[in-house]
Amino acid sequence: MSLLSVISLSKTFDGVKAVQNVSFSVEPGVIYSVIGPNGAGKTTLFNLITGIYTPSQGDIRVDGASVIGKLPNELAALGVARTFQNLQICMNMDACENVMVGAHLRLDRNLFKAAFRFPALARRDRALKQEAEDLMRFVGLENYLTSRADSMPYGALKRLEIARALALKPRLLFLDEPAAGLNPRETLDVDGLVRKIADSGVTVVLVEHNMKMVMNLSDRILVMDYGKKLVEGTRDEVRHHPDVIAAYLGA
Amino acid sequence: MIRRYLGLYVVAVIIAVLPFLIPNGFYLDLAIRMGINAVIVLGLNLLIGFAGQISMGHAGFIGIGAFASAVLPTHFGWHPFVALVAGAVLAGSLAALVARPIFRLKGHYLAMATLGLGIIVNIVLRNEAKYTGGPDGMPVPPFTLFGFAIDSDKHWYWIVSVILMVSVWASINLMNSPFGRALRGLHGSEVAAQVVGVNVTRYKVAIFVMSAVFASLMGSVTAHYVGFVSPSLADFGHSIELITMVVVGGMASVFGSLVGAVLLTALPQALATFEGWETVAFGVILILCMIFMPKGLVPTLAARFGGRRE
Repeated sequence: MSLLSVISLSKTFDGVKAVQNVSFSVEPGVIYSVIGPNGAGKTTLFNLITGIYTPSQGDIRVDGASVIGKLPNELAALGVARTFQNLQICMNMDACENVMVGAHLRLDRNLFKAAFRFPALARRDRALKQEAEDLMRFVGLENYLTSRADSMPYGALKRLEIARALALKPRLLFLDEPAAGLNPRETLDVDGLVRKIADSGVTVVLVEHNMKMVMNLSDRILVMDYGKKLVEGTRDEVRHHPDVIAAYLGA
Repeated sequence: MIRRYLGLYVVAVIIAVLPFLIPNGFYLDLAIRMGINAVIVLGLNLLIGFAGQISMGHAGFIGIGAFASAVLPTHFGWHPFVALVAGAVLAGSLAALVARPIFRLKGHYLAMATLGLGIIVNIVLRNEAKYTGGPDGMPVPPFTLFGFAIDSDKHWYWIVSVILMVSVWASINLMNSPFGRALRGLHGSEVAAQVVGVNVTRYKVAIFVMSAVFASLMGSVTAHYVGFVSPSLADFGHSIELITMVVVGGMASVFGSLVGAVLLTALPQALATFEGWETVAFGVILILCMIFMPKGLVPTLAARFGGRRE
């Protein structure tokens, strides 16, 4: 069964058809990319699947069960994690704490036990800090283990978002333009990181404009334009498809 | 990990030494009022500073606690302790009831809604004169526990001190726990907190209720300590005063809450020598604070002297 199935999904904002009748499915263990010109509806698609928007029509299924109407936090409980194109970092917290928040659902959130610092909870919290630091090393943030989030450069914050999403221990990870705004060197690092994440058993869905990265990483690619599905297939199928060339080159 | 409680030890030492340095009853009274305010401000700071939500009607919850402790024993013969708990339950329930619709709002709208809540409580207290004594207020019977009446200032000093210490300790723990990180997280980025699984509404409601219960409990303590309650406890001016203490002391700073409460409780007394100009002087000091220390006293000083925050 597909891990994620999107069936005839549409979203309309006051008459603007941001996503129209898009269908695709993602098999477990793959890297799946969504590409398309700016305004093609890629981020809207992500927001629909992760519960931030409610679809106007269509269905989204995780493991075969419909998730329409579920809130983002309920989707997180199903193992769906994401990062944001425009950074969503908690600047009022340490970098490490940002990652620790990512493990929210795996922790004992009891208010009373927390206030009186029950030993089991305190122990778990110390172990979590260790875990968060390991995740930061995993994404290449070993130099920022004790930094405040608001003192970190842009590229590091992009990685911090990935570490936070990984702290959820997701099965399905949505990365919204992880390489946007990065220099070629950093882009190459992110390329390697995404591969490392996929190798660790997480299914990755990627929105990205960097074609080299997309072609290098993706098992399958969905091309969108004007909110519609243009083409879907393996990278070779997509690369040579006349409609894709037309959409990108305007020919 | 020991560092986390360093400030708590400092507070403990100050509390322990203070009674021996205080020259007379006037200052003991002032110290007790500071302690009471410190607990309320701490509760409010959890809501405003840490969770990033605003309550402009917090004095309403103080009023509920204070009048529960006055009305229930006087008119219905309830034991003061039961009345105190009933007040806290009432304040908590009211907070929980209004929180769900209120926290759909943000920014100015949230401020307006909580402001309205506080004003409604104040109006009820003023108008139900049959029970509350109306604008004149009413006397409060002394607090008794196991047959002992707590009536000396010395007793109240130690009671308030213990409440304060426990509150500070619990607040530090809470903000460094999964619960607290979720709250601070939703302050930093609501959508980010949501996508990692935080039920944002539930957390906002929880901290609002908790902060209301803090206020109600200290309202009860105030009522019994002073021996008299009036609706001005629940008025808008009092709510603003509490928010000012949060802001001057430092948002999202446990010890900032204490410093803000202590300074702003003492300041009107210290300025009394200005005879009639004290409100002006008070205002000027606040403006200067905000211009030169917009983050509040404790976070600014902590940053200046290279310490880590808290």
